[in-house]
Amino acid sequence: MAGQVQALRRRIRTVKSTKKIAKAQELVATSRIAKAQERVNASRPYSVAITKVLGALASNASVDNPLLVARERVQRAGVLLITSDRGLAGAYNANAIRTAEQLIAQLKSEGKDVALYIVGRKGVGYYKFRNRPVAASWTGFSERPSFADAKRIGDALIEGFGAGSATEGTFGPEGIAGVDELHIVSTEFKSLMTQSANAKPLAPVQVEEQQEEKSSEPRAAYEFEPDADELLDALLPKYLNTRIYAALLDSAASESASRRRAMKSASDNADDLLKRYTREMNSARQAAITQEISEIVGGANALAAAGSDV
Amino acid sequence: MANQLHVEVVAVEEKVWVGEAEMLVARTTEGEIGVLPGHAPLLGLLKEPSQVRVKLAGGDQLTYDVAGGFLSIDANGVTVLAESATPATPESH
Repeated sequence: MAGQVQALRRRIRTVKSTKKIAKAQELVATSRIAKAQERVNASRPYSVAITKVLGALASNASVDNPLLVARERVQRAGVLLITSDRGLAGAYNANAIRTAEQLIAQLKSEGKDVALYIVGRKGVGYYKFRNRPVAASWTGFSERPSFADAKRIGDALIEGFGAGSATEGTFGPEGIAGVDELHIVSTEFKSLMTQSANAKPLAPVQVEEQQEEKSSEPRAAYEFEPDADELLDALLPKYLNTRIYAALLDSAASESASRRRAMKSASDNADDLLKRYTREMNSARQAAITQEISEIVGGANALAAAGSDV
Repeated sequence: MANQLHVEVVAVEEKVWVGEAEMLVARTTEGEIGVLPGHAPLLGLLKEPSQVRVKLAGGDQLTYDVAGGFLSIDANGVTVLAESATPATPESH
């Protein structure tokens, strides 16, 4: 009986320290969500402005820029998958990977080769474990992505896309083979409770031509310096990098929100376990005491009976 | 406020500066451009690297080192968009 009490005591200690870890992770994740959301908001003015400028440009420039035109024959498609560097984030990575898998299956059924680019150690680990090829990967910044990270990814992808699958060989420091299409799989932060992984086309770029809301104000007739085509060449890569950066930030916020929820239920669960084990331990201890008393009483009675016999 | 120019300096990671100014001076790939209130709409690619100077009312001036930037002028004012914009060493008057 005493052994059982000891075992329970040990188990309670374990659950307590697990709970502490979960609680700390939850608090860290909570503060990270706020920070990530701040960064999402801080990056918004730029992306709004560049979208507006591109809209104005697209209606003025000839649309034969290689980043805009859909290729006639798509041989190889690139998929950029954004996952986290650390686990303990609930279904965050599983959802992102599942969405990517669906996209890959669809692309393959259309007869396209798929080149996979991965951000985050968890995604890399998933594919490495299954011995599946990964064309390029970037890790180490999933919780705090900077624009420099997005630019590094974007520049590599744009180079591969610019070359196209018809060109042999590899490009850039990451050694990326040419692709005809780019997709991005990231997790959208909808609210603290909802994040959803989804796939979006990245290139060729679809520029939404602006609809003028106010008819009283005629569309501004822009002058261009240098000319519109050259400007478009310069701006499109920047626009793609901005898209990648926005996806990284959104995913970082989702990762933290997902981790917060997972850690919250872990620490709640630890609370329940603690309560149950404490009760079990108390009743085991009480049973041990009761047994001891009855043994003593029994022993004393036996002694008394033996004494009276003599 | 007709003779004030609304200026926004926006970097990818944050909004750097927003306010009213007298004039904005930047260098595009074609050459230096000074923007006064009421300028015609224009899109320009900034020279790499370059500085953007914002002249405030009262003679003060803000200078930013800008990388990967471009300039958009419309009826609402000037927007400088940049991959990074950092204040250059402040000039004293």
